[in-house]
Amino acid sequence: MNILITSLARLLIFPGLVFAVPAAWFFLWVERKAVARMQGRIGPPFMQPFYDFIKLVGKDTPQRTGASGMLMKAWPLIAVSAAAGAVGLLPVLPASGGFQGDLILLLALLEVPSMCIIAAGFSSRSIFGEIGSAREAVLSVSYNVVFLLAIISIAASQHTFRLDTLAQLPASPLRWLGIAAILVCLPAKLHLNPFSLPNAEQEIYSGPMTEYAGPELAMWELSHGLEWVAATGLVATLIAPQLTLWWVAALVFVALSFFIVLLLSVVASATARLQIDTTVRFYWQCTLIFAVLAVASALFMRLRA
Amino acid sequence: MKLWNRLMCYCRRRSPWLFHMNSGSCNGCDIEIIASLTPRYDAEQLGVRLEGSPRHADILCVTGPVTHNAVEAIKTVYGQVYGPKAVIAIGSCPATTNVFIDSRTLAGPLNLHIPVDVFVPGCPPRPDAIILGVAKAAAILAARGNKPAAVASEPEVVGECAGNCTCCESNAKEVQA
Repeated sequence: MNILITSLARLLIFPGLVFAVPAAWFFLWVERKAVARMQGRIGPPFMQPFYDFIKLVGKDTPQRTGASGMLMKAWPLIAVSAAAGAVGLLPVLPASGGFQGDLILLLALLEVPSMCIIAAGFSSRSIFGEIGSAREAVLSVSYNVVFLLAIISIAASQHTFRLDTLAQLPASPLRWLGIAAILVCLPAKLHLNPFSLPNAEQEIYSGPMTEYAGPELAMWELSHGLEWVAATGLVATLIAPQLTLWWVAALVFVALSFFIVLLLSVVASATARLQIDTTVRFYWQCTLIFAVLAVASALFMRLRA
Repeated sequence: MKLWNRLMCYCRRRSPWLFHMNSGSCNGCDIEIIASLTPRYDAEQLGVRLEGSPRHADILCVTGPVTHNAVEAIKTVYGQVYGPKAVIAIGSCPATTNVFIDSRTLAGPLNLHIPVDVFVPGCPPRPDAIILGVAKAAAILAARGNKPAAVASEPEVVGECAGNCTCCESNAKEVQA
């Protein structure tokens, strides 16, 4: 009973929905503000993502009929719930068993929004949506290999697939290598600038989101924000030192996530978009070698131990 | 419910997303729209975002004197913007067809085809006039509330060319003479 209440509280309050939704808006604001400051502008006001969300919810809803219309309505909702679930799984506070901190489930849930984006672009039947989805699919095949190998190397070197156990163990040099590889993958996962191909505004309008409007678009914005929270939260959990006081642990988690968001936004505003073939080559040639080396050394360490 | 409506109006005023459409403009006004987003003017402080898709936009910004070819495109794009929506006519061309008045290639001015809420005259208008126009349009969106807006009762005219400037008309006369 007690476990049920604590896990519900984690899913709904911290680090679940009640924390995650404002954090998503906050990170979206930090991203826009950091880009604006890097360009010498002042940038949007603090509450801007909230205003955008409420405004989009109040706009007219597109009429959609038939199976593809129902699917188009379903994709953003699936993306939001998967991203919120991923945030809820992060073991920020000391874990209590169950699904909390299960790395494999977390990775699966983190992958769902990008699957939804691919499906949404194709079911919208817009030419820009289809190009955007094709790019997202190619991109996700490239970066996910590196991303998963990096996580496998961290997990294999420390003999566990539970994020809470990983967070408690002292960080080995190999883990820092894995974290660096994850950080290289995050811009592609979050559609940020050197790899912002699926939503390349000057080329294909809004990519898979081109046909979305009103409340559905609001859900996409929210799922993007939640992806920010989940992805930066994953790195923050791996970096964060083990602390006994729960509120200090929560504060450190938020501060670390904030700095990762800042880092990614600064990199995004300092770089230009790469072409799709350059991006794929970057992930397969440069980063894959690095990830394979990390996994090999992790397995070697494990065999020797 | 009343509180929700007030919150909605507040958010509409603070989050105008633009879609920019060229209906045969000379690119002068288009450059000024981009200038209003650059560091010197920074319209993003008002929550302005230039969107790639008309589906995402609240405010349609039209430049150019509306050529015959552009009429159907304008009507289509106006239909693709989901309500509540507003239209800004940027520059003297969509307002009066400017120096191209009486040209046989034109079907302007813009308000013959779609309802216009704010005119920002000028050839081209200054970026601050465009930002003022966007702010006016956002205020109109907020003031309409949840009522479906067919036509604005009285279109607003903003900017330094509004009312007291005759440069465009005299230009037109010169060209005709």
